[in-house]
Amino acid sequence: MNNNELAIMATKVRKGIVTAVYSASSGHPGGSLSAADMYTYLYFERMNIDPKNPDDPNRDRFVLSKGHTSPGLYSTLANRGYFDVEELTTFRKLGTRLQGHPCMNETPGVDMSSGSLGQGLSVAAGMALAAKLDNKDYKVYCLCGDGEIQEGQIWEAAMFSGANKLNNLTVIVDNNGLQIDGPVADVCSVYPIEDKFKAFNFNVITINGNDMEDIRKAFAFADEPSDKPTCIVMKTTKGKGVSFMENQVGWHGTAPNKEQYEQAIAELDEQLKSLEA
Amino acid sequence: MVKISDTKIATRESYGKALAELGKDYENLIVLDADLAGATKTSVFKKAFPDRHIDCGIAEADMTGIAAGLATCGKIPFISSFAMFASGRNFEQVRNSIGYPHLNVKIGATHAGITVGEDGATHQCLEDLSLMRSIPGMTVIVPSDDIEAKAAVKAVLDMEGPAYLRFGRAASPVFNDYEGYKFEIGKGIVLREGKDVTLFATGFMVAESLKAAELLANEGIDAEVINIHTIKPIDKDLVIKSVSKTKKAVTLEEHSVIGGLGSSVCEVLSESLPSPVLRIGINDEFGQSGTAAALVEHYGLNSEALCSKIKAWLK
Repeated sequence: MNNNELAIMATKVRKGIVTAVYSASSGHPGGSLSAADMYTYLYFERMNIDPKNPDDPNRDRFVLSKGHTSPGLYSTLANRGYFDVEELTTFRKLGTRLQGHPCMNETPGVDMSSGSLGQGLSVAAGMALAAKLDNKDYKVYCLCGDGEIQEGQIWEAAMFSGANKLNNLTVIVDNNGLQIDGPVADVCSVYPIEDKFKAFNFNVITINGNDMEDIRKAFAFADEPSDKPTCIVMKTTKGKGVSFMENQVGWHGTAPNKEQYEQAIAELDEQLKSLEA
Repeated sequence: MVKISDTKIATRESYGKALAELGKDYENLIVLDADLAGATKTSVFKKAFPDRHIDCGIAEADMTGIAAGLATCGKIPFISSFAMFASGRNFEQVRNSIGYPHLNVKIGATHAGITVGEDGATHQCLEDLSLMRSIPGMTVIVPSDDIEAKAAVKAVLDMEGPAYLRFGRAASPVFNDYEGYKFEIGKGIVLREGKDVTLFATGFMVAESLKAAELLANEGIDAEVINIHTIKPIDKDLVIKSVSKTKKAVTLEEHSVIGGLGSSVCEVLSESLPSPVLRIGINDEFGQSGTAAALVEHYGLNSEALCSKIKAWLK
């Protein structure tokens, strides 16, 4: 897909995010919207996957370490054809396959159950290690939050990945700058993120994570021959695409009311119209 | 009658040897350590299969997650560490990254219980059975000797889903070398039939219970001894069947009396056959330094102490 087609899809993904969270009256729109462009690029352009064969042992893997942004993953999977987009309205409801945090045994296309922060990168490293042991060439992607990397286990996993030269592993840090208690820089600063991952023997690139061309460049960087894993630090806007949610920490884990939902959908429809023009 | 041999082998040794032996047939078997391969005895596996041994460094939480990732790709990982770190340090990783997705990861926990000895309270895990059996879908096994430890490693390799295996540091006597021994997950083993009281024992305490039963016999008390190697799923039928006959139960474990075998037996009996139960183990306290033998005596877990405790309770 070209960048404009990807941007159109990302906007559809955003509509699904807002719809899921509104339907549940619960969930995490801010960090789902910030990463919507990345989710879209991964599942529509980058990853070797087949919605009709979600358990293919040779597929690329994705671990959503910041599992609370499941609406972003679910909306992407639905739009990619793993299940019906209509099912997004069942999110977080009793009996749903779309649990509040991802469950690999419930949802087609979900490669790992996640949501307790800090655990996903270790799992992704294990998947990458399995590929090495089996001489397979699939790749593993892991999406972390910038607040999430305050968890110590992330750095245990980073140390292991660097030490074991897992060059088939890419960790993406969604640096939207906000966590529940406020700006990441104020709560307990994680900066400089780049230097930390470099020190753990990663190749590191910083991009605008809400720009498809920049995302494309990041993966070209990851594909350069190297014996190191890659870290993509993506600068994003929390709540991206819905004006009143953008850069507002209050929208980390709050659902819109009916009026707000209608306004959000109207804004996203407007963006779709201009992209499709 | 089951005979307790003079041969003593630590079950952690049996664990390492079993892995090295089974590694030949199970190509998907991967062993992970956190800088304790020498102590957990997985170094035997490492020597035989260096490419399938992963040392994660001193990072048990990470090791647990790596194992989960390997399992999603069809591997059968064993994570090895001391019980304190294989069930305590990484409890939430075991719960959320292995238990919740029900991944095929096996936990080989060595140096469990009071017989860790000189290292003292920080390393004497007395809570692991309680922690692990509370995780849905987790199988929890405490082998009682070398033979049972090897059989248990094979058995968990042949089952799908997470399992916790508890091994000891100290050498313990071999006694399951009798004809007809059969290990089956979830099936307790009657080692001695009796009519006055049932001794439900696990791990290291099984051999001590057999010895205690002999001492009790000299006092005119006919004790039944049952090896409960699988704490979860517990053999409900056998617990009920035996206590229906003896009317009284004693539980014996090298673990806190809270949450382990004692609690498991009480849960079964209180729901199905309310009966008096004496729980013997470590009484809601931390351990301390000392030789394994000195600690066993100090906490009243040797056969002489068990005999007098049980005799007094039955009066």
